[in-house]
Amino acid sequence: MEEAIVTGLAYAGAGLACTGMGGAAVGVGHVVGNYLAGALRNPSAAAGQTATMFIGIAFAEALGIFSFLVALLLMFAV
Amino acid sequence: MADEKAEGGLVFHPMDQFIVKPLFGDGAVAWYTPTNVTFWLALSVLAVVLILVVLPRGRAVVPTRGQSIAELAYGFIYKMVEDVAGKDGVKYFPYIMTLFMFIVCANFLGLLPGAFTTTSHIAVTAVMGFGVFFAVTILGFVLHGISFLKLFWISAAPLPLRPILALIEIISYFVRPVSHSIRLAGNMMAGHAVIKVFAAFAAVTLISPLSIGAITAIYALEVLVAFIQAYVFTILTCVYLRDALHPHH
Amino acid sequence: MATETDTHGAVSACVDSHGGAVGMPQLCGDWMGNQVFWLVITLVVIYFILSRVALPRIASVLAERQGTITNDIAAAEELKQKAEEAEAAYNKALADARAEASKIVAEAKAEIQADLDAATQKADAEIAAKAAESAKAIAAIQASAMESIEAVAKDTTGEIVGVLGGKADAKAITAAVTAEMKG
Repeated sequence: MEEAIVTGLAYAGAGLACTGMGGAAVGVGHVVGNYLAGALRNPSAAAGQTATMFIGIAFAEALGIFSFLVALLLMFAV
Repeated sequence: MADEKAEGGLVFHPMDQFIVKPLFGDGAVAWYTPTNVTFWLALSVLAVVLILVVLPRGRAVVPTRGQSIAELAYGFIYKMVEDVAGKDGVKYFPYIMTLFMFIVCANFLGLLPGAFTTTSHIAVTAVMGFGVFFAVTILGFVLHGISFLKLFWISAAPLPLRPILALIEIISYFVRPVSHSIRLAGNMMAGHAVIKVFAAFAAVTLISPLSIGAITAIYALEVLVAFIQAYVFTILTCVYLRDALHPHH
Repeated sequence: MATETDTHGAVSACVDSHGGAVGMPQLCGDWMGNQVFWLVITLVVIYFILSRVALPRIASVLAERQGTITNDIAAAEELKQKAEEAEAAYNKALADARAEASKIVAEAKAEIQADLDAATQKADAEIAAKAAESAKAIAAIQASAMESIEAVAKDTTGEIVGVLGGKADAKAITAAVTAEMKG
């Protein structure tokens, strides 16, 4: 019984941890949106900043990955 | 999760595609056993050889199509290393090219139906992620000695803030290999698992057209992700390499 | 997937008796050593293939292409320079020819002018000589006419004086006629 409660709560926690991915989605969208806005204002400078955009995406996405990791740990390691 | 049977006869086995099996017979998997991991890793070696050795064998001044692929890949990564890591990062270009070509080939081979995706395994990506982390850290200390630690001491910030920033920088530095490796494995695993989940829905006649359409769409996205994740892994390696080569920003 | 392992039961803690995955296969510790081992071999093999064979070859092809392009551009530059030189030479030849032609024209003009001048001078001289001769002839004719007139006038005067009954003194008549003629 107690084990079932722990498992259930762990699964609930895993589901809650996945909400963090929404934050990562917002972050990535923000980075790309701003890149696009800047690129439309000054298309000649856009090509040089594509790599920077991807680095920014990667950093924003890293935090979503942590929430994913927390979810995995709750599901399989707790 | 994997062997739970959903209601209504739907059978979800999204994680079964990641099981490691011995290639010959059904024994236990020891560290030296040739497994499906071995098979698909060997295929990615063959793919790299095909792209970078067999296709450009003509050495023509005016390249053929196959030769252009190899030269574009070479130029793409070479330029990335040069732009991001700087001129003195160019001598580490073969290592970065190795990582990029392996990840790209493994990702695309994993998209073949029925394939085993080696890069979806955290053990695989962690070897590369931590390998990059240790290589870059050791390189930083070898090149700059103890002054490599100035990477964490941001002299541009006001003095009272510096210890806090240093703490944040140190944490983010040690988190790097984790995010670096789990990003790749997580993207690959999630994409393939989602395809499998949609494939299970295809068993229901009513929603099977929707399911097949969704599989197609996700597959197209995965093709994109396969390349972008290889690109991101490589460019982050270049960024970490730049920190090791020029820690004073 | 992997249902053929049914009869053998679970060979690993991560696979259930039906061959399905227990938990995440990615987190199964039993398999990690195997993956790491083969991955390291793979990466080392790829690294040696790339650094020993593939990358130097591609780099040499790219360098060769760069060299070819540079050479071609240099050759094109050289040809362009040659073309420019040829054009300059052509322009110079053209200018020389023009100058020569205008020189010849000027010479011919000068020659013609000289001839013309000489001819004009000669003609002028001839005209002048003719005019002088004519003037002389006219003067001679005039003189002879004058003499004739004097003689006629003397004769006529002598006759008139004789008719009028006077004795014509030849000397007086001559003096009178001469005086009249001069007046």
